[in-house]
Amino acid sequence: MARTVITIPATAKRGEIIEIRVLIQHPMETGYRRSSEGAMLARDLIRRFVCRFEPNTTPSSHENVFSATLYAAVAANPYLSFHTVVNSSGVFVMQWDGDNGFAQTERAAITVR
Amino acid sequence: MVLRRPNARPSQCGEMMRLSLWLVVLLLMPGAGVSTSAIAADADSRKSGFDFMRPATQALQKDDSQNPAMLWVKDGEAHWASSQGQSKKSCADCHGDAVKSMRGVAARYPAFSNAMKRPINLAQQINLCRTNQQQAPALPVEDQTLLGIEAYLALQSRGMPIAPPIDTKLNAARTRGEALFKQRIGQIDLSCKDCHIDQAGKSLAGNVIPQAHPTGYPIYRLEWQGVGSLQRRLRNCMTGVRAEPYAPGSEEMVALEAYLAGRAKGMLIESPAVRP
Repeated sequence: MARTVITIPATAKRGEIIEIRVLIQHPMETGYRRSSEGAMLARDLIRRFVCRFEPNTTPSSHENVFSATLYAAVAANPYLSFHTVVNSSGVFVMQWDGDNGFAQTERAAITVR
Repeated sequence: MVLRRPNARPSQCGEMMRLSLWLVVLLLMPGAGVSTSAIAADADSRKSGFDFMRPATQALQKDDSQNPAMLWVKDGEAHWASSQGQSKKSCADCHGDAVKSMRGVAARYPAFSNAMKRPINLAQQINLCRTNQQQAPALPVEDQTLLGIEAYLALQSRGMPIAPPIDTKLNAARTRGEALFKQRIGQIDLSCKDCHIDQAGKSLAGNVIPQAHPTGYPIYRLEWQGVGSLQRRLRNCMTGVRAEPYAPGSEEMVALEAYLAGRAKGMLIESPAVRP
């Protein structure tokens, strides 16, 4: 499990625009570099990030809030920041997928006052 | 949590006004001008590497939700509570809550170790605890877990002044460190002082040369794409001038660390800092 730092307000007003920040520990090895012994370093990238919102009332009616495709030019420990509008209480589900079967999911709840 | 930068508080402003008035009076006195202005300049001229960075890099350090070093801090925090070695003891079993017990500890290192009979840095103290108390193997140099613990401990001293111990047993190391700082080394024949004092603030290959004050270690260095120790940074400079670096954890390296800590005494700790 990779370490993550996720910043989401715990509460928001209905219709408020909130900022979500996500940081994850990952080498983002490009596959173009060599080690100090000269051997090729195998590519190891996070390829896709998706954040979806599941309302507490109807979790099945989730919708994608933000998604991104990551490439070799993205630095190690990728940091993403994006905005969204919240209309109801629910859970943000964040999912990273990458090479070598890398998969991580984190959840963060928000309450609409 | 946002890192507070050293600002003059309102209560200090009045004092500074009075002080500057006194300086004007002193400067008007014949023969007194040279010494007082030299002291005043000396007190103000020290700058952290932070002050030489671009605003974007500064923003990365100031905001914990962006600072990648916080990932290592989280590693260290988890390790603090996990049982290690044959003793099955965790750091917390002896030291308790690091937020309280480790406040100001990182600000004191390097310190003289009576057990080792020589000055040691924070990483060596962590390993000493591992081998003696936890009966666990020492972590290797620049080990990610070790850096994580270091970063977690250093965070507990953030905002506090660097406070090298008043210990005469450290004097030999400090003197040695100062000599090494001023010693020309390598094929390029440069000393630390040649760049970091004589040319500080000027550019070297697109980067500003900082004054070499260890205010934020362990640092997340963008060039490394990861966290590293002060000794790793020192080795970088040594290979940069094409000298053979001293061995990690060697007496010379710790002596340099002890001298740098004394030189930066009173400057505020920013750990875990971000550097370009």
